[in-house]
Amino acid sequence: MMTEALHELDVRRMLCPMPVIKTQNKVRTLATGDCLRVVCTDPGALNDIPAWCRINGHEVLETGEAGNEVFVVLRVGEDNGALF
Amino acid sequence: MTSSVTESIQPIKRRAIALVSGGLDSMLAVKVMQEQGIEVEGVNFFTGFCVEGHTHAIRKKDQNKEKRNNALWVAEQLGIKMHIIDISEEYKDVVLNPKHGYGANLNPCLDCKIFMVNQATLMINKARELAGDRGFDFIVTGEVIGQRPKSQRKETMPIISQESGADDRLLRPLCARNLPPTLPEREGWVNREALYGFTGRNRKPQMALAKEFGLDDFAQPAGGCCFLTDESYSNKLADLWKARNERRYELDDIMLLKVGRHLRPQPHYKLIISREEGENRFLEGYRYQFTSITTVSCPGPLALVDGNFESEAELQQAAAIIARYSKGRSLDEVTLEVRSPDGVARQVTVAPVQPDAVPLAWNVG
Repeated sequence: MMTEALHELDVRRMLCPMPVIKTQNKVRTLATGDCLRVVCTDPGALNDIPAWCRINGHEVLETGEAGNEVFVVLRVGEDNGALF
Repeated sequence: MTSSVTESIQPIKRRAIALVSGGLDSMLAVKVMQEQGIEVEGVNFFTGFCVEGHTHAIRKKDQNKEKRNNALWVAEQLGIKMHIIDISEEYKDVVLNPKHGYGANLNPCLDCKIFMVNQATLMINKARELAGDRGFDFIVTGEVIGQRPKSQRKETMPIISQESGADDRLLRPLCARNLPPTLPEREGWVNREALYGFTGRNRKPQMALAKEFGLDDFAQPAGGCCFLTDESYSNKLADLWKARNERRYELDDIMLLKVGRHLRPQPHYKLIISREEGENRFLEGYRYQFTSITTVSCPGPLALVDGNFESEAELQQAAAIIARYSKGRSLDEVTLEVRSPDGVARQVTVAPVQPDAVPLAWNVG
């Protein structure tokens, strides 16, 4: 089985919509099937990042909270959005 | 082989980029295009002044409200892709040097619209260069003639088209019937007869169209989606420039203007005092950039000091003001911790000031 790369993105202290923008920009550098773990402090990211994933065809593998932080783990879909 | 034959007889699917704010008008504009078989992708620009999300994320009192990014929500409702672009750095020039001036407050609405349509134009040009026919053919906005006093007027529509460089590739489906035909209309990519001729500030035609499309849950931000249209916010920004003796800002500056109570007891320092737990938590993130003061003998706010104290008396005065907003406001004395950005802290004990010792004139905004 192919091992998927797990990438990390730290967007703590950033407010909506910056966590989504940073996630979008990071995903553009990744390949289909890569996994990305995004760590945030804005709880709104728990809605926004999964919504962004649904719109753009990426899979949310896990979301969670730990103290004042939240995290989202996603798998990059077919199109990483790197058109521009 | 079969598929290439099939493709060759299919009409080219025309594609558009739509400026999506998350409000009703741009949502309807996209929907009108989709009804005409146009494939639409959305773009949403983050200027740093967006009302969207921020304050909801910070303030606890808003926590019962559903937190959602309206642009993403609109994209999901309409089934379109959405590109959110951070233009906060380039946008400074729009705010600081608007060629067409400001609206009622520090809102450079016309320059802003030109800038955003120009960004979209650069995007479609680049996409066409990279992707050819899979690029985009035109740009769509939810503009309505007469909707906004500064930017959405009959005479500003051609200015936006020309100065953005979009020219006749800019289509406004909600008011197109009142404007000269654009390229997508002339080429027959869209049917002009099925576009709209909305004018003015009356929202009824949009409401009716939303109903027709079965859209019943949409964001209707009063006063738009930008803090620069807000008088109090604009006053805070003007105060920041005056205090610094120069017109400039960083992203952190304009974020902090959205949070807390801003008091300026002296021209050379301002206090940003949290009003509740959510703001407290947010301001904590700035303790390594600013001197901060918080109560230790009783629950109270966290305050950042933007500027410097020129004397011990000024520090004591600031501590006494902050104590006035703590649970110990009616006590004889309150102890506070004053911490510098490098983490060095000391305690001071002061008598909280009386309410009438905080003149209204200190309130920034």
